[in-house]
Amino acid sequence: MEPIRILRSRTVVLSAANIDTDQIIPARFLTTTTRDGLGQHLFADWRYDVAGAPRSDFILNSAGARNCRILVAGRNFGCGSSREHAPWALLDYGFRAVISTQIADIFRSNALKNGLLPVVVDAATASWLFEHPGAEVSIDLPTATLALPGRAPLTFPLETFARSLLVNGIDELGFLIERDAQIGAFERRQTTA
Amino acid sequence: MDCVPRTMLEKIWHQHEVIPESADTPAVLYIDLHLIHEVTSPQAFAVLGERGLSVRRPELTLATLDHSTPTRTEQIFGGAPIAIESAARQIRALERNCALYGVELLGLKSEQRGIVHVIGPELGATQPGKTIVCGDSHTSTHGALGALAFGIGTTEVGHVLATQSLLQRKPKSLAINVEQRLQPGVTAKDLILWIISRIGVSGGTGHVIEYRGAGVRALDMEERMTVCNMSIEAGARAGMIAPDETTYAYLAGRPRAPRGLDWERALARWRALPTDADAHFDREVAIDAAAVEPMITYGTNPGMVIPITGRIPERANDAAFDHALAYMGFEAGAKLMDKSVNVVFLGSCTNGRLSDLRAAASVLRGRKIAPGVQMLVVPGSQAVKRAAEAEGLHAVFMEAGAEWRESGCSMCLGMNGDLVAKGDYSLSTSNRNFEGRQGVGARTLLASPLTAAASAVRGRVTDPREILN
Ligand code: SF4
Repeated sequence: MEPIRILRSRTVVLSAANIDTDQIIPARFLTTTTRDGLGQHLFADWRYDVAGAPRSDFILNSAGARNCRILVAGRNFGCGSSREHAPWALLDYGFRAVISTQIADIFRSNALKNGLLPVVVDAATASWLFEHPGAEVSIDLPTATLALPGRAPLTFPLETFARSLLVNGIDELGFLIERDAQIGAFERRQTTA
Repeated sequence: MDCVPRTMLEKIWHQHEVIPESADTPAVLYIDLHLIHEVTSPQAFAVLGERGLSVRRPELTLATLDHSTPTRTEQIFGGAPIAIESAARQIRALERNCALYGVELLGLKSEQRGIVHVIGPELGATQPGKTIVCGDSHTSTHGALGALAFGIGTTEVGHVLATQSLLQRKPKSLAINVEQRLQPGVTAKDLILWIISRIGVSGGTGHVIEYRGAGVRALDMEERMTVCNMSIEAGARAGMIAPDETTYAYLAGRPRAPRGLDWERALARWRALPTDADAHFDREVAIDAAAVEPMITYGTNPGMVIPITGRIPERANDAAFDHALAYMGFEAGAKLMDKSVNVVFLGSCTNGRLSDLRAAASVLRGRKIAPGVQMLVVPGSQAVKRAAEAEGLHAVFMEAGAEWRESGCSMCLGMNGDLVAKGDYSLSTSNRNFEGRQGVGARTLLASPLTAAASAVRGRVTDPREILN
């Protein structure tokens, strides 16, 4: 996993509420056995018409959206399935952070495990972001702060644990494997109980 | 001495803490049963391969084929190739990985194969007090037997394969107290849709729901599974119901349930699990089961749900709401009753058990499906299929004009060849009505098996009470 410290990017805004995992990546694309290449199917049903051509009216197909690494989305983003293909597709497309007033539980934890940063903000900040699509914003991981142009920086909730893993580029599996002795001791206690 | 009253969640959690959580670090939680399937496991096994790890407890891991596996008999038993190449690849990958890592697979032709959340309880592998995970959010189903069961992502599937443990923060507890009993013609599916209509699709976020009260105690095991199954649609991490005599009677004698002296010991442990009197829940909600009516969804999330006799609500200045209605081809203020349906799907881990098939058959017996309607009946497991056939239910469905398939997730999600055509209305007993869930442009109406069967007969959305009376 690549360590992240500072993320600076223009935003892409999808203001709809309740964008679920089936919209992020429709189920028919989950038949892969690898993670690579999922980005091309991100928001597939919104992004392409039936013939597979990009829809000019969808924001991700606009010139301004290119190379944006921060997605701003409506309330309850990522609800739906526990599929990790959703954060994989967002990451493979090039996003590194999602900002919303509410981010669904399982999606949030899947995102963090894969190095996609969930940023939960208050309603006023979200409306400012909705009104300023393409704004250049900056996220500082070590302090968990979000800086918007012309506004005071604000902090967002990010567990110390998740933060230190992200900043150091260590993943949870590595952390668990280091606890092998405790896991073994627990197993012995269980069998003798 | 331990005298602080505790919830069932707290008890199970505590018994599985390898390392308790601290302010900075989540708990390391031990997992008793890990269920895997073809769709969310390949990338996890790949990580084991990359890092040279093995499966820590293969005997606590059980694999099956359900999500992308076809339901057509000829593709399972008849030697016909699996029509979807990518599905065939996933199936072969799971077969290979299970062989390589020594994990038991209930393979394509196994008599025990089925939807992962149907077979766990059915085999008696799901037991009270266990921690159970699976790379599928409807793992909450297993909570019906008093387990702490929740869905995980593929990265976590890798964690559990390699370490039998997960990093977890203890969720909050939400008590849903269900008083009174359901009326005739009203099912467990209607109850959970009603609950979702009350607390909303994010009402349970961050919580584990414990369903309690006389209305829950009166439910049989399969009904309890239907309720716990859709906890996730209320945003919750898991749903659970305290084990009681109904649970023990269900489990006794099942192939993987404890026997003899082990059974007695297990019973003693299980009886200590229910939430203590006066234990504190972070939140409580009261539900009156007697007020529940047959429910049906009209939109593109399970919270967009109304009593079947009701009208679609009106909401000013709500773009997501307008978008959902436009997708569904419905108008605010309209009734759903009598809208025509093209497809009826009876199955899934929500409503693919024997009692669901019996309920639908009670409506279809001696009746025909309306012309032009396609009805698919897909048992939740091969065992459900055999039991249904032994009772002649398959004949009832086929005589009515429905298709009878091998078990699997089928039309619950559009990835195994069973699809709803664009623009078609599907009355489905599954759990999700998201855009495109059952196929591109498919319009899903979620309801109970009774409502599904009644609507199949009329070819229109029908209140099952009209037919049952
Ligand atoms: S039936 Fe549907 S919800 Fe259940 S396990 Fe299969 S895909 Fe998931």
